[in-house]
Amino acid sequence: MVEREEILRLEGITKLFFNICALKNVTFTLKKGEILSLIGENGAGKSTMMNIIGGVIQPEEGSMTLHGKLYTPQRTIDAKNAGIAFIHQELNLFNNLSIIDNIYINSFARYPGTPFIKKSAMRENIRKLLDSIDLHVSPDMMVEKLSPGERQLVEIAKALSGNPDIIIFDEPTTSLTTRETRKLFALIKKLREQGKSIIYISHILADVYELSDQIVVLRDGVVVDTGKKEDFSMNRMIVSMVGRDIKQMYPAERPVAQAKKLLEIENLSQPGIIKNISMHVDAGEIVGIFGLMGSGRSELANIIFGLDPYSEGMIRYMDVKLNKQDPIDRIKRGFAFVTENRREEGLLMEFPVYDNITLAVLRDYKKAFGLVDNAKLQKPVAETVSELRIKCSAIKKNQVKGLSGGNQQKVVLCKWLLAKPSFLMVDEPTRGIDVGSKSEIYNILNNFAKAGMGTLVISSELEELIGICNRILVLSKGEIVGSFNSNNFDREVILGAAFRQNISNGSTNIV
Amino acid sequence: MTLLTLKGRGMANKFFVKLLVSEYFVIVLSIVYFLIISIFVPSMLSGNNIKNIFSNMWPLFAVAIGQTFVLLLGGIDLSQTSTMALTSVIGALLISSRMNPDVLSNSPLWGVIISENGGPLGKAPIVLSVSITIAVMILVGTLVGAINGTLISKVNMPPFMVTLIAQMFYSAIAIYLTKSQNVIGLPDAFCAIGGKSFGFIPYSFFITIILGVIAHFLLSKTIRGRWIYATGSNIKAARVSGVPTISTTIFVYAASGFFAAVGGVLYTGRLMAGRPTLGDGQLMDILGATVIGGTSMTGGKGKVSWTLFGVLFYTIITTSLSQLKLDSFVINVVKGLVILGAVTLDVARTRIQQKGTLSANAKSGKKVTLNG
Repeated sequence: MVEREEILRLEGITKLFFNICALKNVTFTLKKGEILSLIGENGAGKSTMMNIIGGVIQPEEGSMTLHGKLYTPQRTIDAKNAGIAFIHQELNLFNNLSIIDNIYINSFARYPGTPFIKKSAMRENIRKLLDSIDLHVSPDMMVEKLSPGERQLVEIAKALSGNPDIIIFDEPTTSLTTRETRKLFALIKKLREQGKSIIYISHILADVYELSDQIVVLRDGVVVDTGKKEDFSMNRMIVSMVGRDIKQMYPAERPVAQAKKLLEIENLSQPGIIKNISMHVDAGEIVGIFGLMGSGRSELANIIFGLDPYSEGMIRYMDVKLNKQDPIDRIKRGFAFVTENRREEGLLMEFPVYDNITLAVLRDYKKAFGLVDNAKLQKPVAETVSELRIKCSAIKKNQVKGLSGGNQQKVVLCKWLLAKPSFLMVDEPTRGIDVGSKSEIYNILNNFAKAGMGTLVISSELEELIGICNRILVLSKGEIVGSFNSNNFDREVILGAAFRQNISNGSTNIV
Repeated sequence: MTLLTLKGRGMANKFFVKLLVSEYFVIVLSIVYFLIISIFVPSMLSGNNIKNIFSNMWPLFAVAIGQTFVLLLGGIDLSQTSTMALTSVIGALLISSRMNPDVLSNSPLWGVIISENGGPLGKAPIVLSVSITIAVMILVGTLVGAINGTLISKVNMPPFMVTLIAQMFYSAIAIYLTKSQNVIGLPDAFCAIGGKSFGFIPYSFFITIILGVIAHFLLSKTIRGRWIYATGSNIKAARVSGVPTISTTIFVYAASGFFAAVGGVLYTGRLMAGRPTLGDGQLMDILGATVIGGTSMTGGKGKVSWTLFGVLFYTIITTSLSQLKLDSFVINVVKGLVILGAVTLDVARTRIQQKGTLSANAKSGKKVTLNG
């Protein structure tokens, strides 16, 4: 094969966030007309990488070369002008506008000298563009009437309208059906034939295997493995991605499950969200639920906590059947729930730490006339705050939004531990927080379970589940597809279970 | 005025910034304004005028307390004015002791419960009639609010629409009941509540201050109060934390209706008549005074005491403008600008405070991570 022309080269890129290395000495080369896949776990530095190429942030060290010339984007528009287009995981479309409006939103053709939009000029271009990506709908179609896959294509058309040389796809298949995924892959390959270079970011390894010419594996901000697709086995990808020794992060001893069922779920279903979920959590046990994005893991948590409805099945707690949508009743029975997104669903950001941690227990500290019994709260609050080692000088004064991510997460945990729950659910408990706080949170969960409570940990980070759980259930497309005990935890097997679901649905024939 | 320039200029500016973010800023502003305007309009300082300010502000304060509750929740109650009108009319129809057939015989209630001899309580013993009338007025107001709250929280309708419709609806009922006529013939004892003074101090002062103190404690010290702030700040987090967001919302709108009805009692007494158009054009005064006080329209931030300051400032402005003998539309233009200024100020204050949080954080050496 003829050696292809080099188009983008990254050399020694290093990026620090507050003295923590997000990327370290990253070097790779993208050639013309090739698909380069960038894989890695959450927090491996994939997004930071893309933000640097896209000019959103600038690296501390290292250089980028585009078409043989030094490339130093300062703003996102620089990347666009240099011929680099992004397809983000979350689509950036205006659903209430037409395809034309979306594609030309910042470059409308106008009747000369007037502010009026000249649609006719754009319509022809768009039609050609849509034809080229096999999307046969009218340019005037409203985006809200399109399926997720078609919307993705509109996003691609929007990217292509700038005639880029490099197109970067960030997890493009998460919201697509198998058929739409097939179509997308055909299109990506077609773009490669046209000489475009593509960076494809994903953690769905089967997809990566099908598409790539070259694979780059990122882990903890470092390129740990790179090579031609032909040289990679599925196994090598997984091992490179997750293989690391961080045992000291996790508590030395796992809790021991008691023979007492706390939570029992039978055949729980909600159309389009979860299907036939049966599971249980025993006292003193940490159960993990592992799933990729879109597997329904957070939705399941919301249903268990009574925030969202379900159509069939039942939830029992300590042998009592629970009401459908009644979080208050759950809390009274000893449930606690640390949500996935602490800013949006966990905290009152503008309020002091004290107001946040007392919110769930106010009911239990009631004086005459419905007054809050602050005196009685004093002791348990002080105890729990110091137990969790929340770093905050004045909990009645300092707003939560001024705290670090790790401390914020501890505030959420503190809120619930103050309620003395018997069953704790945590959804992505360590997302976006530093390593030290992570370790502390694992210990908190461990101690909680050791005190005989039940714990359910929902996470997309397999590492942490393997590190702290007694059992791991694997969720995929709303169904439990695997269950593993701590004596036979094996990263590759568990990942395989989560991925195999995708494979068996036909996205590839390689296993 | 950017934050950077504020930061860069010595003590005077530091003092100014401190004052700006202080919760007593509005009361300082009120006093400064009052003193300055008194130089140009000496009549501001006359005993009569001060007495005027002092009696004008209480009914407005009563209604604004209710609006404060609603704004704390991130909602809005546009129906307070027509709640005042409805309660005013209902109260007057109950208690009036003489009615002019020329004026009221077109009312659908004429011959049913009202006649030339007044309403059903017109001839009852005065203590009984006054207390029952007030109780009914308060009950009606609270009920109106509770219905709004139920539609907003249970049916999930936007507060703006629900209360706008309620405004039209109850105003129409008030007008229909009296065929747009004022209802007079109210007993002196009833009118005294809103119109008479104990020496220099109006009775309405005692009533609203007591209610204000109760409301203040309810918001700052009770569980329900914490729930209101939590729901207004982040309804999702509140719901996850077991806050009964639905009952809290209903409670808040009911409180708004309650305080509107109190306003209805006071204004009706002052006017010595039940007026179906009571509160017309007053919505801006209520919202304006509350927002000037510093209560945020996006929820979660505000206090009854702030609203008191806002009402004081607003009343001083209004009185001074009428002392200047300006046209009513000029007065409205100035009022509008003042409210605009208050909202702008609120944005500026929030920004300064946010800067404060971040820099305090940087000082204590904590990391501000991008992700969380």
